[in-house]
Amino acid sequence: MEGYTYTIWIVLLPFLVFLLTGVSSLRIRPQLAGWIGTGGILTTLVLSLYTAGQYFLAAAPAEGSAWPTLIPVELSWLKFSDTLQVHMGILLDPISIMMLVVISVVSSMVHIYSLGYMKGEPGFARYYAFLSLFSFSMYGLVLATNLFQIYFFWELVGVSSYLLIGFYYDRPSAVAAAKKAFIVTRFADFGFLVGILLLSWYGGTFDFAALTNPDGSGVAGAASATFLGASVLTWALVLIFMGGAGKSAMFPLHIWLPDAMEGPTPVSALIHAATMVVAGVYLVARLFPVYHLSDGPALDIVAWTGAVTALFAAVIALTQEDIKRVLAYSTMSQIGYMMLALGVSGYGAEEGLGFTASMFHLFTHAMFKALLFLGAGAVIHAVHSNIMGEMGGLRRYLPLTHGSFLVACLAIAGIPPFAGFFSKDEILAAALHKNPVLYGIALLVAGLTALYMFRLYFRIFWGEERRYAHAPHEAPPVMWAPLVFLAVLSAVCGFIPFGHFVTADHLPADSHLDVTIALTASGISVAGIVAAMVLYRAPSDRPDRIAASLSGLYRLANRKFYIDEVYLAVTKRVLFNGIARPVAWFDRHVVDGSMNGIAWLTTRTARAIKGIQSGQVQHYALSFVTGAVALAALFIYWLKR
Amino acid sequence: MNILLLILIIPALTILALMFSKGKEQARLVSAVGMGLQFVAAFCILFAFLQERASGNTADMLFTSSYVWFSPLNIRFDFGVDGVSVALIVLTAIVTLAGVFISWKMEDLAKEFFISLIALAMGVFGFFISLDLFVMFLFYELAVIPMYLLIGIWGSGPKEYSAMKLTLMLMAGSAFLLVGMLGLYFNSTGAAGQHTFNLMEIAAGGIPVEAQRIFFPLTFVGFGVLGALFPFHTWSPDGHASAPTAVSMLHAGVLMKLGGYGCYRVAVFLMPQAASEMAWFFILLTGFSVIYGAFGAIRQTDLKYINAYSSVSHCGLVLFAILMLNKTAMNGAILQMISHGLMTALFFALIGMLYERTHTRIVQEMGGLMKVLPFISACYVIAGLASLGLPGLSGFVAEMSIFFGAFEHADMFHRVWTILAVSAIVVTAVYILRVVGTMLMGPVTNPAYAHLPAAAWYEKTGALLLILPIAAIGMAPLWLSEMIRYSLGAFFR
Repeated sequence: MEGYTYTIWIVLLPFLVFLLTGVSSLRIRPQLAGWIGTGGILTTLVLSLYTAGQYFLAAAPAEGSAWPTLIPVELSWLKFSDTLQVHMGILLDPISIMMLVVISVVSSMVHIYSLGYMKGEPGFARYYAFLSLFSFSMYGLVLATNLFQIYFFWELVGVSSYLLIGFYYDRPSAVAAAKKAFIVTRFADFGFLVGILLLSWYGGTFDFAALTNPDGSGVAGAASATFLGASVLTWALVLIFMGGAGKSAMFPLHIWLPDAMEGPTPVSALIHAATMVVAGVYLVARLFPVYHLSDGPALDIVAWTGAVTALFAAVIALTQEDIKRVLAYSTMSQIGYMMLALGVSGYGAEEGLGFTASMFHLFTHAMFKALLFLGAGAVIHAVHSNIMGEMGGLRRYLPLTHGSFLVACLAIAGIPPFAGFFSKDEILAAALHKNPVLYGIALLVAGLTALYMFRLYFRIFWGEERRYAHAPHEAPPVMWAPLVFLAVLSAVCGFIPFGHFVTADHLPADSHLDVTIALTASGISVAGIVAAMVLYRAPSDRPDRIAASLSGLYRLANRKFYIDEVYLAVTKRVLFNGIARPVAWFDRHVVDGSMNGIAWLTTRTARAIKGIQSGQVQHYALSFVTGAVALAALFIYWLKR
Repeated sequence: MNILLLILIIPALTILALMFSKGKEQARLVSAVGMGLQFVAAFCILFAFLQERASGNTADMLFTSSYVWFSPLNIRFDFGVDGVSVALIVLTAIVTLAGVFISWKMEDLAKEFFISLIALAMGVFGFFISLDLFVMFLFYELAVIPMYLLIGIWGSGPKEYSAMKLTLMLMAGSAFLLVGMLGLYFNSTGAAGQHTFNLMEIAAGGIPVEAQRIFFPLTFVGFGVLGALFPFHTWSPDGHASAPTAVSMLHAGVLMKLGGYGCYRVAVFLMPQAASEMAWFFILLTGFSVIYGAFGAIRQTDLKYINAYSSVSHCGLVLFAILMLNKTAMNGAILQMISHGLMTALFFALIGMLYERTHTRIVQEMGGLMKVLPFISACYVIAGLASLGLPGLSGFVAEMSIFFGAFEHADMFHRVWTILAVSAIVVTAVYILRVVGTMLMGPVTNPAYAHLPAAAWYEKTGALLLILPIAAIGMAPLWLSEMIRYSLGAFFR
């Protein structure tokens, strides 16, 4: 146990760097802040890799026994009651260590890359402070020992994302995007929080160790109570998944992710491709034993949400012109894939293939998607535009970027032997095992993925060469070195025997390639690539003709199925004009009006009766005499009776 | 001598010294030194309290003393503190000191201004240490009267109207309180069998249930007016808008806490049966005001109005939590008072700084201030994030305690209202981020704003005094929450 206490520095170090660079961000020399940030994250990279080595290799359990769950650090953070306590700690098990590796690798690459990409930007120190804040929060999230700690860091990654999307805060579009991202995910987190309230009340604890006990004892209370025809457990899990879906940009809570591309491109690579957006997947995986135990539709909802998003986003990606938006929709689609895999998974041995596949895909996707974004950043850096129409023929100007981008495209398209091929194959196998319809959707998405990725690739690097104002030139070494590094990883990390390390029940399993599926999927991907090559390699009017023949459908996809407009109508019409405005009016005119009314009434009454106190003696005498006479008359009348 | 007397003696001496001071430089220096000492004294009390608890003193109230004041009615100057009052004393000391720094550049009648401000603070301090209902009421009135002068004389806009409205509504509340207090007195049974004003004796002797049913609503509403209970909250937006910066800070930061504290210490603590019988009705009102205040804030354009409506929402949550009548939620209520006190004082301080520079409080008239005023803007973002309940800042701890406490009630009524109250966190995010987006971010819209003076040292000191505890509580809440939770034990015995 005590062997892992140093892992606390993986979390604390970025936080200290954040405090240091954040407080001094206005005075510190920008480059220095960059180096402090990069130094900090590289230290956590070393520590993370060391942890992984120690856990997976040096201290691996005996053959056939399960990977242990370790809690080397745990502090009492807050006590709600004598029984319900919040801990902050570090939980090490296969998936959290895998996430450590993903975060530290991608974050380190992004830190290094940004030294070049963000050079000379005003607010360079602030940028690194926010990156450190993000890294701290993300580490805290994946290492959480309990639901509350996850929620704590969940909100913190949300705010880091907000700050980084809005990094160029003098651009109104960036401000709007940041706000949208925060509010949409906050809305999802409302569901997450209610889910936690339910689960922790019935379970009596936040700790994963108790909640995810495979015998179901941790959640027995919630499983037996029912509400509106489903068990409370199902409700809680669906609500928690709502939080995950918001963070992971699942349909219909996805609308913030494409807009989030307003942030600097390395940020998109880190937060909106490789790490934060997969937090939803990680959350479901972390609670997977509970999802599996609930016999309700919670897992089916996960699977179908994933499948729908995967297809929906892939279709939109085909029609976008902005390279970062294509990548954003691609990210949504691939995360949909991971959710789908979790949703079709069972628990243990062969049944648990979906779980392993999902985590595997999370891992490989992080590598090649970060690479795609960083490559896109290099392209944008070279041509000063995000729009594909202003690019073309760049392969001759940017050879390194071109090569690594091609590797990433092959990896995401699932061409053997690149990383994406292996993880996608496992997902397809798991889907086929559970439901042929889901398998069909997944296959279709695989084809679409190849098509839109190579559409992107050919339009940037091939096609018609534009007249560039300045001849585009290759990025400096601090930028291309991370590209090459990630390209190597994207090429080889598919060979990791993932099933041996990461399974739902922690027992090592053998993974083997399903040859039929592998051939089908690769065939479909190759078809997609060939189609893209025919359409986009050389300039032609074929794409336009196809778009014209599908005019209605094309426009629908190009305008993202008008989901944004629906949201806008709901928030504007219902929330602002339907609720907020009447409330403000009611408060000023009815509530406050009646207070003022009381005051007015008091003054008027006073004015009406103040004549009695006129100060004139003859008035008083008249009243006195009249009163006395009247009283006397009454008295006499009463006596006479 | 009882250490608690310090926090009455120091303001009294400061006021005395102020009377003899000349010119605004001297006045502000005297105030800063006095309130600085008060700040130190408050922390000394905190440490003495923690030490006493650590050494095993389990009495409900520590540092108690009693002086007979008027024996025929058994009125005594009783005082003592538990974890709740110590926490609120520290809060008051912090906010007052920050308020003095923020008013550093007070030009008109500076001496009189600081005298009134410190008199107000003294009333609040006295309120928090009193254990005698009568003396408590006295200090309460002592705090409300200077408020009228401070707004009426140093205010802006329709200040006479606002000052009058605020004072009259609070006075109407105290009329309820006076009746409630007398009701409590005449139904109490003290230790020696006579009537008593002493809180602990009343609680020990108990109040007959029939009397509780009459006097609980009176006291709850009476204190509720001060705690911005719907529909008696409308003094707050106008009052804050007209009040000078430091007064808004003290008012929203501290004075409104008297309402919550009174509801807890007097209404609910002394009349628990009536409280549990009638809680449902007030849960309706307060739960409603949590959402109502949040939606009200969305449509406002004036920064102070936004903050006032946001206070309606946040203070509604305080009363909402107290009515849950369990330890977790009540702990949350006290934490929320402290958190809201710090954060709203910070907001008003920053709004004052912005107004001084831009001469407007209308959000839409500003833009891009982040570029021009980085320090003030960054503080504003932190205050906003605390307000929307970001983890790592104090609001989160308080809100979570409240939600988890409220959720301990397993029936449908409480569950539904809790979930509705939780939904306010989304609305809060909307109005906070709209302000941040419009006012601080974006391009600099007004060329006149391109060269605004940066924050001065006294402004930075004031802001940091408030930010540091917000972050400290947010990151390490355990000691504070345990100190409060232990004291709540008295309630549930």
